[in-house]
Amino acid sequence: MWCPGCGNGIVLSALLRAFEELAYSNEETVVVTGIGCWGKADDYVVTNGFHGTHGRALAFATGMKAFNPRLNVVVLMGDGDAVTIGGNHFIHAARRNIDVTAIVVNNFNFGMTGGQVSATTPLGMATSTTPYTNPERDFDICALADVAGANYVARATPWHGFELEANIREALRKKGFSVVEVMSPCPTHYGKYNRMGTPVEMLRKIREMVLPHEEYARLGPAQKKSYFPTGKLVDRDEPDFNTRYDEVRSRAMKD
Amino acid sequence: MRLVQGNEAIARGALYAGARFYAGYPITPSSEVAEECSVVLPRMGGMYIQMEDEIASIAAVVGASLAGAKAFTATSGPGFSLMQENLGFAVMAEVPCVVVDVQRSGPSTGLATKPSQADVMQVRWGRHGDQAIIALCPASVRECFELTVQAFNFSETYRTPVVLVADEVVAHMRESLRVPEEGELAIIDRKKPSVPPSEYKPFEADEDGVAPLAAYGSPRVFHVSSSMHGPEGFSNNDPANAARKIDRIHRKLDMHRDEIVMTRSFDADDADVLVVAYGITVRASRAAAREARSKGVNAGVLQLQTLWPFADNEIRRAAAGARRVIVPEMNYAGQVAGEVQRVLGPERDIRGVNSYNGQILWPRDILETIMA
Repeated sequence: MWCPGCGNGIVLSALLRAFEELAYSNEETVVVTGIGCWGKADDYVVTNGFHGTHGRALAFATGMKAFNPRLNVVVLMGDGDAVTIGGNHFIHAARRNIDVTAIVVNNFNFGMTGGQVSATTPLGMATSTTPYTNPERDFDICALADVAGANYVARATPWHGFELEANIREALRKKGFSVVEVMSPCPTHYGKYNRMGTPVEMLRKIREMVLPHEEYARLGPAQKKSYFPTGKLVDRDEPDFNTRYDEVRSRAMKD
Repeated sequence: MRLVQGNEAIARGALYAGARFYAGYPITPSSEVAEECSVVLPRMGGMYIQMEDEIASIAAVVGASLAGAKAFTATSGPGFSLMQENLGFAVMAEVPCVVVDVQRSGPSTGLATKPSQADVMQVRWGRHGDQAIIALCPASVRECFELTVQAFNFSETYRTPVVLVADEVVAHMRESLRVPEEGELAIIDRKKPSVPPSEYKPFEADEDGVAPLAAYGSPRVFHVSSSMHGPEGFSNNDPANAARKIDRIHRKLDMHRDEIVMTRSFDADDADVLVVAYGITVRASRAAAREARSKGVNAGVLQLQTLWPFADNEIRRAAAGARRVIVPEMNYAGQVAGEVQRVLGPERDIRGVNSYNGQILWPRDILETIMA
């Protein structure tokens, strides 16, 4: 049901390949979505599925994982779900270090509702509700996840299919909160409003926006402003929420 | 037997009913429910989690319930307002859970530590879209315990959210409570599917209107959606399917309304003046009715333990011989009085006694209208 040139299909196939490689069972896996184009992805999976309300996917997922730590809980959100309406849940899921994986498809606008401005629309870009360009700055999803305490943070694009899949696999394996941001084209809306050309041209533009983080690290401060680093950006092993809560239980039982 | 606070009784009732997961956000006058759960749940291997807001709290409760937990949260008016969207999700996706709303005086922050009974309509109609819900209302510490157990039982039986609508006074007062022995009160668990995993449809109802519910992580893989869905849980925009779904979430409560609607009668049967009361106001109403009887007026009280579905039949029966019906309540508009008028008709003498300044109603306030 996604538009021609949308990145969602590539991300979904990378996710499903990662499930297969990690031998996730359908019974013990829950794919949780919010609302939006990417929020339709649960319709195409054969694991347990949960299609919730806009922005709250992580909060629903937190309840599932907290109660049953054996579940593999994977949360699919767009930039609207993750850091616009749902920004509070995003930073708290990272702070709490709940062991779920968030795959955030960031297409820089609200695709499903017709291409309105989002919290990740860059300053100065046009959308259906910023016809004179966006006066606000955008969130850096990965930086937000990093400072809020996520154990694993990576950025990828649909152009870099193998890296994307590798990042998703690592994120799924990682205990604690893990985030993969996928910067993805929306030629139907965002591309149209900003004259980014055909779907392939738009995908190429996204490729040109990013640099592998090793290369990015060598840039000067001024040059860094022109790029987003990709690859594995954060890799920590802080105890996840359920591990910490087990400690609480032991203390409570001794009390 | 010991003195127990209403909020503590609610928490104890929830644990007695089998609740093992609490997610919440502190708010006066409900916070003691959270505090009690934070002490007791981890000792039992359960979980207390304080979420970032009430929106997340009810979401986590729904998530835990689908993972197999009996789960609940407690809040007050402002937090309850924030929960409405995801409470609507629980209605749509038919997720058993219990929400405690300890009413305080509003609107907005209002008189944050003072009681009110002004959430009655918010509980029933606060969410968008067509939906039905069960709401119970305790008038004593004992009822805080027992109706919380009942709230879980209804929630599990009918696969629906249940709201326990308390008020600041009931929640904060202390009364003696004998906690029932294990097995003394019936505890009901949700109906589990018995069909093979390949045949399981999470929204295919049995004859009682209720569909069995699996848990995430069990052998039965299933899909749950906020969007209009068919029996298998996937999106379905067919008008006939939508009508069937909306019919069913209403009908599953309608067809069991006699089990759900609970009232108590205090000399209501021969009453010339009938007082219809709920929550803490029942106490003052009973005192006022006794006083009226000593003065020669046959007054009686019908207590609504169930606020929603509304006690149409019970009120009609109790009011049959009454010349006047009085509805004392701590809200301006007469939220329950309006329902009573709807049930009995516009020609009946129905009088409200209303307090909306954060002060409880006294027996003398009600007596005045009984004797007038």
